[in-house]
Amino acid sequence: MMLRLAPVLLVALLVAPILAGLGMALLPAFGYLPALGGDSLSLAPWRALFAEPGIWRSATISLASGLLATAISLAVVLLYLAAATGSRLDRWIRRLVSPLLSIPHAAAAFGLAFLIAPSGLVARLASPGLTGWERPPDLLIVQDPWGLSLIAGLVIKEIPFLLLMSLAALPQLDPERRVAMARSLGYRPTLAWWKVVAPSLYPLIRLPVYAVIAYASSVVDVAMILGPTLPPTLAVSILGWFSDPDLDKRFLASAGAILQLGVTATALAIWWGLERLVARLMGGWIARGGRRRGETGLHVAGKLWILLATVIAFFGIAGLAIHSVAGFWRFPDALPGSFTAAHWARVLPSLAGPVASTALIALCATLLAMVLALAALENEQRTGRHPSRALWLLYLPLIVPQIAFLFGLAVVMEQLGTRPTLALVAFGHLLFVLPYVFLSLSEAYRRFDPRWSRLALTLGASCNGAFWRVRLPMLLAPILTALAVGLAVSIGQYLPTQLLGGGRVTTVTTEAVSLAAGGNRRVIGVWALVQACLPLAGFILAVGLPRLLWSRRRGMQGAP
Amino acid sequence: MNATHRLELRDICIQLGDQVLVELDAEIGPGEVLTVMGPSGSGKSTLLAYLAGFLAPEFRAGGQVLLDGHDISGLPAERRGIGLLFQDPLLFPHLSVAGNLRFGMPRDSTDKAARVDKALANIGLAGFGDRDPATLSGGQKARVALMRLLLSAPCAVLLDEPFSKLDTHLRHEMRRLVFDRLREAGLPSLLVTHDGEDAEDAGGRVIELSH
Amino acid sequence: MRAPFPRLAALLPALLLTSTGLAAAPDPSDWEAVLDEARGQTVYWYAWAGEQRTNDYIDWVAGRVEEQFDIELTHVKVGDTAEAVSRVLAEKQADNHDDGNVDLIWINGENFATMKANDLLFGPFAEALPNFALTHPEHNPEVVTDFTLPTEGYESPWGRAQITFYYDSDEVAAPPQDIQALLEWAEANPGRFTYPRIPDFTGSTFLKQALIALTDEDDALYAPVDESDFAAITAPLWEYLDALHPHLWRSGRQFPATGPEMRSLMGDGELAMAFTFTPSEPAAAVADFELPPSTRSYVPQDGTLGNVHFVAIPFNSPHKAGAMVVADFLLSPEAQAHKQDLAVWGDRTVLDVARLDDDSRALFTLDESNPAMLPAGALQQTLPEPHPSWMTALQDAWQARYIGN
Repeated sequence: MMLRLAPVLLVALLVAPILAGLGMALLPAFGYLPALGGDSLSLAPWRALFAEPGIWRSATISLASGLLATAISLAVVLLYLAAATGSRLDRWIRRLVSPLLSIPHAAAAFGLAFLIAPSGLVARLASPGLTGWERPPDLLIVQDPWGLSLIAGLVIKEIPFLLLMSLAALPQLDPERRVAMARSLGYRPTLAWWKVVAPSLYPLIRLPVYAVIAYASSVVDVAMILGPTLPPTLAVSILGWFSDPDLDKRFLASAGAILQLGVTATALAIWWGLERLVARLMGGWIARGGRRRGETGLHVAGKLWILLATVIAFFGIAGLAIHSVAGFWRFPDALPGSFTAAHWARVLPSLAGPVASTALIALCATLLAMVLALAALENEQRTGRHPSRALWLLYLPLIVPQIAFLFGLAVVMEQLGTRPTLALVAFGHLLFVLPYVFLSLSEAYRRFDPRWSRLALTLGASCNGAFWRVRLPMLLAPILTALAVGLAVSIGQYLPTQLLGGGRVTTVTTEAVSLAAGGNRRVIGVWALVQACLPLAGFILAVGLPRLLWSRRRGMQGAP
Repeated sequence: MNATHRLELRDICIQLGDQVLVELDAEIGPGEVLTVMGPSGSGKSTLLAYLAGFLAPEFRAGGQVLLDGHDISGLPAERRGIGLLFQDPLLFPHLSVAGNLRFGMPRDSTDKAARVDKALANIGLAGFGDRDPATLSGGQKARVALMRLLLSAPCAVLLDEPFSKLDTHLRHEMRRLVFDRLREAGLPSLLVTHDGEDAEDAGGRVIELSH
Repeated sequence: MRAPFPRLAALLPALLLTSTGLAAAPDPSDWEAVLDEARGQTVYWYAWAGEQRTNDYIDWVAGRVEEQFDIELTHVKVGDTAEAVSRVLAEKQADNHDDGNVDLIWINGENFATMKANDLLFGPFAEALPNFALTHPEHNPEVVTDFTLPTEGYESPWGRAQITFYYDSDEVAAPPQDIQALLEWAEANPGRFTYPRIPDFTGSTFLKQALIALTDEDDALYAPVDESDFAAITAPLWEYLDALHPHLWRSGRQFPATGPEMRSLMGDGELAMAFTFTPSEPAAAVADFELPPSTRSYVPQDGTLGNVHFVAIPFNSPHKAGAMVVADFLLSPEAQAHKQDLAVWGDRTVLDVARLDDDSRALFTLDESNPAMLPAGALQQTLPEPHPSWMTALQDAWQARYIGN
């Protein structure tokens, strides 16, 4: 009975807060907010919004960076998968990319900023020897007005996500056999992959791709660190208006939130159009039957770009680590003149509280999400029904921009008289953790050979027995991976923590982002490293625990 | 292990939409093996799924399945008392060999460890209890799977082409082992296969599904 | 707002009834009663947290008030004080009149003006705090004036800021002493100076500073902006900025987000000259390895803007007694001296040190051995802050002019 309610509960839990939050943004967007003296509907907030300096530029950059970041990440991932031959380099890349997924966006963005800034690590390594620079060059690289560094930061973080989603979907396509078949018809391997695997893979990862578009077009923390500033992206502008001491800006901000919704929807619509176009072009390309041309180019690009992105991300993190122990570090010295533990010593005493609340919130949200996801999936298995259509709604929190509904949600919570507590923040995180946990787990769960449970039942085990004694232990590895993904998602959340926690609930992420305002690279280095290490611990556990437990069970290594 | 059971299939008719997939009326006595033969797509697997209690909701089934006179067609799979032997041995990879054997043993059975040891000795695998099933050979796995089935004390057995994936030289030996044990235990069994040799070795009646 | 939730609207009065009993506002004139009530309270202090040194000082305060008054002080770290203002407002919207989240707020200028205008503050309380007398407001009117507005006891002073310039003496021999010289210096040293992006408060203060220097109508700046011709008064400022921007860091196409970010650009060698609102910051940053030892501070000849920062208590704080005790502790010679210590924060005291008793006065001896420290007496030339409406008007005009071009 409880199990049958699971899908309903799941959807209600996700959809209700989003609709309520959107409603609370929609009303003030049309001038209705009695507490501030807005008691009739009007278009004044929209007029004010469009009179804001640079508003169209903000919206355009949000739209363009969302689309470009997604297109580039997807291209890099597909190129890599096409060129991957299972060589040592490929396995090495794959192993490196997974931990990258766990690094929170903010930490990765800081790492990139420290790397590519005119006074960053790259310029220091190359100067003065290669460049002749004795001083940092006056170049606009980080926070450039075109949003290029923002796009780069997003690409670095979205590649691991799309790669993992693709790797999860690939086995059902049996790519090896498809490629082998095409090769026997004379196609070179990389071209073969593009022509016989890619077209069937894309529909399977379309939803994660949409989530990336929505995220990239409305992200706040990465855009604050890497995005343009005059004007900033739309989402960052909205955040500023919402916290403006001039309370009339609330109307404007609400209209902005609705505009953001429109921008994201437009990005999705444009992408949808591009999908059609690319499908047509690809169709023509496949039909022409070319077997060799472009093979080398595609193959090299497949290795090069993902390698570049991975190396940049790791150097960024290394840069954070160096900064966190740096003494005075004059340009163009490649390394600090002295090292000191002072920054760590200074931060350590204040670390315990935020780390504890981060872990507590992440565990609550993730475990709850896991229980709900398992209940929904188990229900699907037992009733033998196909995944309910309504489960599509699970992805709503990934598609609707956070900034569009979270402020409204915070007001609703305020109305309900709830006080900002860890529990409320954990609930807020659940909105975003649940889809990711479900996304990571559902493939493994649905592909799980049904004969195992049937066997257990015919051997006299009950449905629950089959779940606890067969399905759960055999799916331990994917379950732990999903848990690690959930933890990482929760740890990285900034906006929900800040808004639902009323600033009272501090996590390592809110600490890191609020200290970012101080611009002290050494302190930021410490916090960003802590922020990156927490989810990494989860991933190490997720990889290590099954290996430890199943060390004497060869059939469980790398399965299922 | 020598109780006598009887499986009766009365006017079984399984339909998908308006299309009739399987029609069957048969009775299987203790120790008897009924072979149902037919090419792939003839509804063999659907029949097994129905008898075992796993029929997908899109199918419609009529008729009665009587085990020792009781209608079990409304019962959930785990309470039917029907055991199943698959094409693959399907030894649980997370359990040891002994853990696999123990999995199906009724909860109230006494002296489980001794019975597991005895069963292993019985199939020539004495001392294999602690082994990882992944380290066994194909034939050894098949024997463990059979023993696991028998230890779960079913009242009837369904065999789903259990020999099709074995090497030729093992196949004959396994057939003999399986049918001997089933007969010994007095279990009514239903074998589905497309292999005529299976039917020959089973030695019972053969029903051909046409479709 | 409540229209879509009729049930909820019906519930709210009940919620209010249950909680009103708790919050008979404490009377600061009966200090013993306030201390009694404060014992065991948890005070949530919403304070800007962009600076590790400030955070460390607040940590220290938390330890002291726990020891002395049995108050648990929690620093709620905000990136912008306006976030806290927004929160109190959201609570007022939701009819939360006596169980708010914010107990104490670090505030001044436009945020104070906003909160006071919207009746979001509790008070008057400040002048009844026992330690308040040590500030001798009769001799130091700035402790009861916030951007020209009288505080009327709705906020209590706790620190003092003044724009202070600093530079790398290895690169700059003679730093510019007035606003015209700054332009000439920037032209000669392109890309080596900038100011924080508007609406950052340090950046906005730079605009006001420049406006005071460039306009002849200083008086108009100390009255609400709509009483004068904004365009005419500010025309010289825009002319000046238009000339200055091409010679700034990144050619004025990008600006650092905050004062501290500007400091880190100094540390990276991207800038040769910068400024801060905390006079001791450059010296402290040298000690923290953030700035090179060749850093020097100065206040230009004509003086710079200075102001006092305050703490205020929102109208719906459930822990007003605790918040008042913390505000009073912040004014104690112990807390003020610790705050002024260069090794701690270096924020200057609001107490009238000359009128303190000898023991207390001894606590405030300044360590002037650090070469990055301002020379003694440099902070005498303090310009008062214009009316807060000027800040907002300048910010809007700057954004309209320089965003998105």
